[in-house]
Amino acid sequence: MNEFLLVAAAFVLAMVALGLTRVLRGPGDADRMMAPLLLGTGGIGALLLLGAATGADGVIDVALILAVLAAFAAIAFVKASEETDETGSEDNA
Amino acid sequence: MSAVANLWTILTVSAGVFFYFAGTVGLLRFPDTYTRLHALTKADNLGVGLVVLGLLPRSGSVLGGLKLLSIWLLVLLSASTVSQLIARAARRREPRA
Amino acid sequence: MIGIVDTGLALLILGLAVWAIVARDTFAAVVGFVAYGLLLTLIWVRLHAVDVALTEGAIGGGLAGALLIGAAARLRSTEAAARSERPGVPLRILAAVLAAGVTAALAVCVLTLPVPAPTLAHETAAHVAATGVGNPITAVLLAFRAMDTLLEAIVLLFALVGVWSLAPDRAWGGRPGPRQRADPNGTLAYVARVLPPIGIIVGAYIFWVGADYPGGKFQGATILAAMWLLVMMAGLADAPPIRKTWLRLGLVAGPLVFIAIGFAGVATAGAFLAYPEGYAKPLILVIEFALMPSLALTLGLLLVGAPQRQEER
Repeated sequence: MNEFLLVAAAFVLAMVALGLTRVLRGPGDADRMMAPLLLGTGGIGALLLLGAATGADGVIDVALILAVLAAFAAIAFVKASEETDETGSEDNA
Repeated sequence: MSAVANLWTILTVSAGVFFYFAGTVGLLRFPDTYTRLHALTKADNLGVGLVVLGLLPRSGSVLGGLKLLSIWLLVLLSASTVSQLIARAARRREPRA
Repeated sequence: MIGIVDTGLALLILGLAVWAIVARDTFAAVVGFVAYGLLLTLIWVRLHAVDVALTEGAIGGGLAGALLIGAAARLRSTEAAARSERPGVPLRILAAVLAAGVTAALAVCVLTLPVPAPTLAHETAAHVAATGVGNPITAVLLAFRAMDTLLEAIVLLFALVGVWSLAPDRAWGGRPGPRQRADPNGTLAYVARVLPPIGIIVGAYIFWVGADYPGGKFQGATILAAMWLLVMMAGLADAPPIRKTWLRLGLVAGPLVFIAIGFAGVATAGAFLAYPEGYAKPLILVIEFALMPSLALTLGLLLVGAPQRQEER
């Protein structure tokens, strides 16, 4: 069972790596803003699987923090990119 | 751990990993930002959810199980709302056609 | 199998680090850096340092990312000019060689550490029970090395004063940052109403659980600061003017309580920041309760920046 979970964790990490190559390359900021989202979902999946496989303590709390702060980081990115191309329109999110 | 719980874990985690795979394929192959965003947020979230469901029997306590479920709900909330924000940001940056 | 996961993780993070350095656009580099910070969390978990993983995820992933992206946004207009001033190739090669040299020296030091490495872990583990807390990290941070924690809190205050000193004269005492606006029925306002209550509960939980499990006041305070920042980003609350008394009292309350307990220790237990017999856990709790709001205030204010708007009288 632990081996299976480890393989699953490795696979999810590989998916994150592949996704990152696409997301970070993407022309334009909007593509790059997806990076915290990608890491939020992929990273949490890999973390939970790794934690379950190796029996580490407190991994669930780390995943909780990752979830909250990945969302915050993504919103900060969106806000920052808004500020740089504000043309005076009040039509924000 | 009982055999049923192990079977449940293997099945759901495999399904979750499959959704991660599907999401990444979509992310790599879709032609523009919006479709990629869609692939990322919808498929990967299902992946997280199935992984969480699969690890529930192993969590060992009610509090642990609740924490796992709340992680999934948090990821759902953040992905759904932040994808909206990113899509609007992408739309705003499109050349004024 | 676990070796493959570890190697893959290490390679991925190295690749991200290289990308963050090489990327030409500042925004892209910051995104790469935040991704790097979030993945570093997994490495800390693999190194059995869960407290550090919590802090890395909170600060490295969330707050540092917001700080850097704010800076990148402000620098956007000057980026073209900055890029034309890039140092020539020989200088960059020299910098690369120096950086590689430092890395090699560090690697040699780490790899040639005596086995078993000299450590105080055994003495610490033997005395953790006397402090009444179960998490040895908390015991070290708030009992054995409380002085370091006190100085760290004060250093953060100094950093905040440094940031405030960047305010233009006419704006001193005013509100930091521009007035944020967001459609009150829009998505951002929705997130800023739904996520902070959840974040506050998570922050309080991480703070409370830090006594016996990985966690503690610093990670909890970071989450609270992030939620406050979210509310401000959505325009649901305005940044407070830095002149306000309650703000300044809140900022210094934590360190002052800490210092007061330290001096009380001189009287009751013979040394600064010594705890009298049997009072260790209550005193640690008092310090943590006092420090957490101050820390959250400090971190939040550090991120909103220097005052920019005059306070209308």
